[in-house]
Amino acid sequence: MLEQQLLNALTLGSVYALFALGFTLVFGVLAVINLSHGAVFMVGSYVALALITHLQASLWVAMLGAMLASGIVGLLVDMLILKPLRARNAPHLIPMIATIGVGIMLTSAAQGLFGAEVLRFPEETLPAGEFVIGDVHVRALEIAIVAIAFLLMAVLFVALKRTQLGRALRAIAESPKAAWLLGINVEGLFHITSFAAAALGGIAGVLIGLNFNAITPFMGQPMLHKGIAVIILGGMGDIRGALIGGLFLGFAEVISKAYLSSQMGDAVAFGLLFLILLVRPSGLFGRKLERKA
Amino acid sequence: MSVLLRVHDLAVAYGHIEAVKGINFHLNEGEITALVGANGAGKSTSLLALSGLLKPARGKIEFAGEDITRLAPNKIVQRGVVQVAEGRAILTTLTVAENLILGAYTRSDKAGIAESLDEVYQLFPRLKERADQFAGNLSGGEQQMLAIGRALMAKPRLLLLDEPSMGLAPIVVQEIFRILVEINRRGLTILLVEQNVRQALKIAAHGYVIETGKIVLADSGANLLANPKVEEAYLGG
Repeated sequence: MLEQQLLNALTLGSVYALFALGFTLVFGVLAVINLSHGAVFMVGSYVALALITHLQASLWVAMLGAMLASGIVGLLVDMLILKPLRARNAPHLIPMIATIGVGIMLTSAAQGLFGAEVLRFPEETLPAGEFVIGDVHVRALEIAIVAIAFLLMAVLFVALKRTQLGRALRAIAESPKAAWLLGINVEGLFHITSFAAAALGGIAGVLIGLNFNAITPFMGQPMLHKGIAVIILGGMGDIRGALIGGLFLGFAEVISKAYLSSQMGDAVAFGLLFLILLVRPSGLFGRKLERKA
Repeated sequence: MSVLLRVHDLAVAYGHIEAVKGINFHLNEGEITALVGANGAGKSTSLLALSGLLKPARGKIEFAGEDITRLAPNKIVQRGVVQVAEGRAILTTLTVAENLILGAYTRSDKAGIAESLDEVYQLFPRLKERADQFAGNLSGGEQQMLAIGRALMAKPRLLLLDEPSMGLAPIVVQEIFRILVEINRRGLTILLVEQNVRQALKIAAHGYVIETGKIVLADSGANLLANPKVEEAYLGG
């Protein structure tokens, strides 16, 4: 029934938003569509799984480890691939294509290391417990997922809005040249942004892995498509847009699966997205995409 | 009078095209120096090289006795060389107050920053009135004031200004130049790059005329204003 579906939608939507937030942050600050974000998401869930099954880490430690590891992957992508391309003034398409390559490398590396079959978190590591509000069964796991996603998003919002680092990132998003002239180490903040965005993508991977309790090397690909849809819907580079867009996609997907067609949920959700873009081509919060030199 | 900045044989190229072809000039501490010339003469290119945004093909930039030629732009700002770029380069999606606070990015002395903010608001009362508005909603003149105020927030030792009069009504230009004279009187060294040659030379102690990437005249501001060659080429004879 509806309340139960709304809860599912909120859970899924909050993780979509978290994933899309990192994606849109990189686009806003680095002006790069980083198509390895889906693979980084997958890396996060495998790192958490490995920490739990091989090192008997607690779920919380595993989450921190996953954020750290995926953050480092994001940092390396920036330092080893995006930075040299920036230095050569490569046209926008080049870094995007390069990150597709990174995504494929990570996916096949995961396949080699862990195999292609679906892996699961051991049941005893998942937050147990379930309570009933009215007719709705609420799993402790779902509460944890929503709480973690919103907590991280809140931290990011406040940091961007209120701190000097956040102002500096917004300055870079508008004009890297102006930011340099203010004494901002733009390259350094590119690295920090890449790390933070990938860390958010990695923990989103853990949360989705927990929610469905299924991890595969290919789980990043559909997530990447959803992330692209979310940030286009919300307005490229817009933080609020990623939040609203993520929640929207979660609701559209769950509701259409529940009430229209369980097979074609994605088709309906993406069809809806397409219709919205016909009305608002630059997304819900979209501004013009040009940036100053 | 001591020399604050010395530029020796500076050349800057875009690909194979040399836009600045080995120029020499220096700035005396506490003075306004003007670098004037026509559009495309190499003025902005020189300034971008001083700020480290363009890497020189050859030559040397010495600031307060230190070679800053190869420093990263943020390091140059840290040394106290702050530029108000062409077209003002204010951040339109940030508020006026946020722009100003960001101007103090290289500083960490909280009390000093608050003091600077007071000074800027005193110099430009309009900015205080509009502190919480998005900078993109300011008029052109107000944006230029914001750009200058923001640069002052870094507590510069040398202020580089690229065409501060561009696109502004004459009365606003007068106001901007009056303020530049005022902040210079308080001790700040200024390098003023301008196409508005008459205005710039009027307030400058020294001036350099640049043509197609080379400095062709160097003299005091007053002498340059009276120089027939300058008169003919730039002041509409």
